[in-house]
Amino acid sequence: MNATATTDPFLERAPMLLRDALTGFLPEPWRWLVNGLIAIGLILAVFGLLFAFLTLAERKILGRVQNRPGPNRAPTPTLPFLGFLGKIRTYGLAQPFADGVKALTKEDIVPRGADPVLHYLAPVALLAFSILTFAVIPYGRHLVPLELDAAVLYFFAAGAATELAVFMAGWASRNKYSLLAAMRALAQLISYELPLLLSWVPVVMLAGTLSTTGIVEAQAGWKFGFIPHWHVFTPWGFCGFVIFMVAALAESNRSPFDTPEAESELIAGHLTEYSGFKYALFFMAEYFGMIALSGMAITLFLGGWRAPLPFLEFIPSYVWFAAKLCVLLFGFIWIRATFPRLRIDQLMRFAWKFLVPLALINLLTAAVWSLTAGWSAPLQLVRWAVTLALVIVPFVVLGRRLSAGHAPRTYRYAT
Amino acid sequence: MLGTGLIQGLAVTAKNFVGSFHDPARYTTVEYPEVKPKLPENYRNFPFLVSENADDPMGTLRCVACQICEKECPPQCIYIVMERDEKGKAQKRPKIFDIDLSVCMSCQICVEVCPFDAIKMDQHFEVAETDRFQALLLSREQLAKPNSYYHQIHPTEAAAVDALLAEQKAKQAAAKAAKAAGPKAAPVAGLAEAGPGSATPATTKLPAAPGAEAPKPPSPAA
Repeated sequence: MNATATTDPFLERAPMLLRDALTGFLPEPWRWLVNGLIAIGLILAVFGLLFAFLTLAERKILGRVQNRPGPNRAPTPTLPFLGFLGKIRTYGLAQPFADGVKALTKEDIVPRGADPVLHYLAPVALLAFSILTFAVIPYGRHLVPLELDAAVLYFFAAGAATELAVFMAGWASRNKYSLLAAMRALAQLISYELPLLLSWVPVVMLAGTLSTTGIVEAQAGWKFGFIPHWHVFTPWGFCGFVIFMVAALAESNRSPFDTPEAESELIAGHLTEYSGFKYALFFMAEYFGMIALSGMAITLFLGGWRAPLPFLEFIPSYVWFAAKLCVLLFGFIWIRATFPRLRIDQLMRFAWKFLVPLALINLLTAAVWSLTAGWSAPLQLVRWAVTLALVIVPFVVLGRRLSAGHAPRTYRYAT
Repeated sequence: MLGTGLIQGLAVTAKNFVGSFHDPARYTTVEYPEVKPKLPENYRNFPFLVSENADDPMGTLRCVACQICEKECPPQCIYIVMERDEKGKAQKRPKIFDIDLSVCMSCQICVEVCPFDAIKMDQHFEVAETDRFQALLLSREQLAKPNSYYHQIHPTEAAAVDALLAEQKAKQAAAKAAKAAGPKAAPVAGLAEAGPGSATPATTKLPAAPGAEAPKPPSPAA
């Protein structure tokens, strides 16, 4: 973590000051270790709680989209010393804890033919790899748990390792449906890995660094004093952001790409033979993956922890990061509430015939953008026109080819 | 263009999301145990006995223990024993009036056949009990509910019943007056001589028991 600059406002420095107050008296190597442990503990606590309340928020938002209230009845348990208050209704805020208790007290069934070690290891490995990705995301100006030169590479390497755990789960269950579903899940995850990786390559090209702090640094400043220099406000950045988010949906097994565990078609895919807390761990890992990918999308395209407008900079950076994270997570939930699930062949076609070519062309767009950076003011319009055309024309052409013979759909019986 | 359908879909869900916070036409959930549902007036489930006075329900039951409903009840969930004094004379009110809710099929036939408008259909549906035998067998004390309650749950029907009863009472009073004036002409009394078990009992009360023993005349504004 960075040395605290004394020029920052107090709230910006507050977390660091608190940490230094806690560990400042320790000798150097111990201090480093304890600081690391504090960071780990904070990540686990903050994102564990975020996961818990995200499941609640998801159920509430899905409920509202379907014009119903969602979970709102879980009461707080009556404590002996607060008995006079009775059961307090808290708009369902106790629901995640009730779910947790339920998952913990359920029977943990391991199939007789299953490989017990692998069967046990799969959820643990999945969760471990998901948590590893949290290490390199800059949550605030001084809040980077781990400064790595190749942070982006590390992030996607750790993220890709979760695919191994998915297959491990399917293989260890000794269930042919689990195995088939795991193979399908693997096919999907690997297919969407490619557009996911290609979509952030332009960011690295333009920023010239693989370090997440460096990428956030590259998005500093404002054009005309109010348009932030975020990558999403450039043609290639917008295209990359959209591809990244679509691929992130698929990578985190979220609707409409949730074929690996499609509830209504398969039983639960590779999770068929998992119950109780192991199932909850898979669930947790999925949400961690979603949160981590949202955090990475913020870092790569949405200016990281930077404020959107200059006069809003007095609000601490970590608040901005949290706000952006909430917006993206709401987007994930909104998409889940809206779109029906894709069939596996549609999903593959979409990845290989649309997202991958678009991401490759986006590399070209970014290259043009990078090479024309020095052009003077009138030529800037040409630069924008060329790069916009490089984004929009392939989108329209590829989209037309993708939907040829499929869209617009005609309904013979329904109106 | 690719994606326009997706944006339309997102707009639909967004409209529902926002609408559910302010539009009662979209958000129709009734949070039941705290908020009671508003039942339609014609909703019915189990019968109850109408009494005229809430302070003395057993003394002012409209029921005269004629046992028509007991005989008509298809699943035979009604059990009635008439009250008798020491000499064995019928008192024209039930000593026992039981309805077994676990047997009742809510057909309303008892209500249709009752000549005295003494039994009506209730709207109370929270009848879950832990004992399925005794707890669901309701006695006359549990079944008796005042006429004002009847007005509350079925206003239109109750008003019609009250009007009918008032009319009958007026007719009865007129007949009594005519009888007092000249004992030779008593056609109404002759018709009603047949008693409660006959096919046409609804026209009037029994002339043999005017006033004192008969249930108190209904007050329309009860």
